[in-house]
Amino acid sequence: MTTLPAPAAPATPSPFALALRRFRKSRLGVIGGWLLAALYLSALLGGFLAPYGITTQHQGFEYQPPQALHVMFQGKPMRPFVYGSKTGRDPVTFAKTSVPDTTTPVPIAFFVRGEPYNFLGLRTTWHLFGVDPGPDNNRFYFPFGTDQLGRDLFSRTLVGGQVSLTVGVVGIIISFTIGIVMGGLSGYYGGRTDNLIQRLIEVLLSFPRLPILLALSTLIPASWPSTYVYLGIVAVLALIGWASLARVVRGQVLSARQVEYVSAAQAVGASDLRVILRHIVPNLSSFLVITATLSLPGYILGESTLSFLGLGIKEPMTSWGLLLKDAGNLQTVGLYPWLLLPGLFLFVAVLAFNFFGDALRDAADTQSR
Amino acid sequence: MLTYTLRRILGMLPTLLIISAVCFTVIKLQPGSFTDQYLEDPRFTKETVAAITRQLGLDQPAIVQYGRWLWGVVTRLDFGFSFASNAPVITQIGERLGWTVFVALLTLLLSWLVAVPLGIYTAFNRNGLAASVANFLGYVGLAIPDFLVALLLVSLTLRLGSSNVGGLFSPAMIDAPWSWARVGDLLAHLWIPVLAVGLEGVAGLMRQMRASMLDVLSQDYVRTARAKGAAQQTVIWRHAVRNAINPLISLAGLSLPTLISGTIVISIVMNLPTIGPLLYESLLNKDQYTALTLLMLSAVLLLIGNLLADLALAWADPRVRYS
Repeated sequence: MTTLPAPAAPATPSPFALALRRFRKSRLGVIGGWLLAALYLSALLGGFLAPYGITTQHQGFEYQPPQALHVMFQGKPMRPFVYGSKTGRDPVTFAKTSVPDTTTPVPIAFFVRGEPYNFLGLRTTWHLFGVDPGPDNNRFYFPFGTDQLGRDLFSRTLVGGQVSLTVGVVGIIISFTIGIVMGGLSGYYGGRTDNLIQRLIEVLLSFPRLPILLALSTLIPASWPSTYVYLGIVAVLALIGWASLARVVRGQVLSARQVEYVSAAQAVGASDLRVILRHIVPNLSSFLVITATLSLPGYILGESTLSFLGLGIKEPMTSWGLLLKDAGNLQTVGLYPWLLLPGLFLFVAVLAFNFFGDALRDAADTQSR
Repeated sequence: MLTYTLRRILGMLPTLLIISAVCFTVIKLQPGSFTDQYLEDPRFTKETVAAITRQLGLDQPAIVQYGRWLWGVVTRLDFGFSFASNAPVITQIGERLGWTVFVALLTLLLSWLVAVPLGIYTAFNRNGLAASVANFLGYVGLAIPDFLVALLLVSLTLRLGSSNVGGLFSPAMIDAPWSWARVGDLLAHLWIPVLAVGLEGVAGLMRQMRASMLDVLSQDYVRTARAKGAAQQTVIWRHAVRNAINPLISLAGLSLPTLISGTIVISIVMNLPTIGPLLYESLLNKDQYTALTLLMLSAVLLLIGNLLADLALAWADPRVRYS
């Protein structure tokens, strides 16, 4: 007698797989996701991808325009190279200009030894690309040009991304912790606690955002080291950001409180904190992830605005906002427009977050289709 | 309606009181004080600095300083004394407040004039090329920080050989009497700030207008209007837009903080005589009463703007009643 194998249950895709399938349909969302992955990877590998250190000043190369990459030298193809530069004078204004020296090509080398940097605690000198500085130590490759002190803008942009891209993540973690706890308490207990927290939120929300951000960021003493300043800025942004989230969490908790499994958890004697954190919050997780993604750009823009105004990240650290501060002078931006290049990174990062977040929201939304 | 308005205004007072107390605490928590700058100056002896501190009332405890300021505001509308400019705060702010409100209102008006038709258009032509471009521009507007828009436009204008950047007027026009030429000069200077402040608002408003327009177009009364043979124009403007615009009015109130913030940042970049640069400098100089008054002013602008948005909603939508 042979036993028939039990018929396999028809494979039902999990809700997560369904959401992933819906997410994949949004082309912009997928592009946004890949862009974000690329940006975060480039920030992680900043020191390796950057040809020079972010504080290295190249004397005589101040305000160098971006150097173009060439592959044809005097009509013959060649490995990628740049031209070194000579200093010249503008014939009309006598202003110092740099002229490409088209007689000698400077080939780009890959995996070269350069300035030392720290990568995940390891000290190393390997860089992805660079050029041989030559006998007079005067040949460089500045893909984005240099700033007023002759520092390589490309390196600074990559390393600045480490600050700009993490400010949002750290800020969100802080503000979501506060927001979830406050909103949870407010919705779960109700009554006087609720009333008090709601009044607090109302006052916080009626503060004009930027002025109070400016005021709070002046509290950070100028004598602090730049890592503390970084934390201070994140704290300031999070302090303003939690209020609107707490309000939404409260509403969700209010409705979740009525559900049977919450009553069941309470009946078996789970503590209030356990009920909130283990039973109510997990049900809000998709909502929270989406809100986090959509509110991250606000933190990135907030940090860049503060740094741009000189009240945020301080030297020797750098961030996209601080780099744009160098271009903030109306004269400078007219003469040296390449100083705006870090803004492109800022723009792409925020755009990618918006695409990604919108697609996530649509993917998690099962009702409206 | 009048009682509602009055009640709302009265309700603002406690909020403003709390805001002023919090702002003053924040300002007082700043390291150092206004007179610190004199300590490093060899021309000032310690005694002189102490005398200045006493004269400015900075030797009193913070709570007394705050109490005096509040009492002055309530009884005499005296917003204190600006240490940095040696003048009452109120004379400092007067003209700047006018320009602030002017720039913000002009931006609001223009962004509505651009965003509403664009939203309607993209709602009707969802798949066209123009709609895709408008959508993409909407994303761009939300993603690009306002100061970067200003810098890009400045860079472009300077490249094109114009010099109308920074300030409100050309040097020749600053003291000239009002004339059409002066208005033209003003507009030539103002378009960059207005565009920079307004871009984000246009993007948000356009998306909202399209969404609510799409909602409304699938409603029964729009179908009814079509069925009874109303002209397309009538259906769009009298039935659809008339209802779709209501959420935007509430949104206008909510977009005020961005508008005020934008005006402040752009004014600092473009050197406009609004409250922005003054706030920035007073915070850095620890000119406490100026900073406090400006923080309060931006809060008042925000609260009044919200109230006006609510009133406008009640005026536009007869279903909304306040009692």
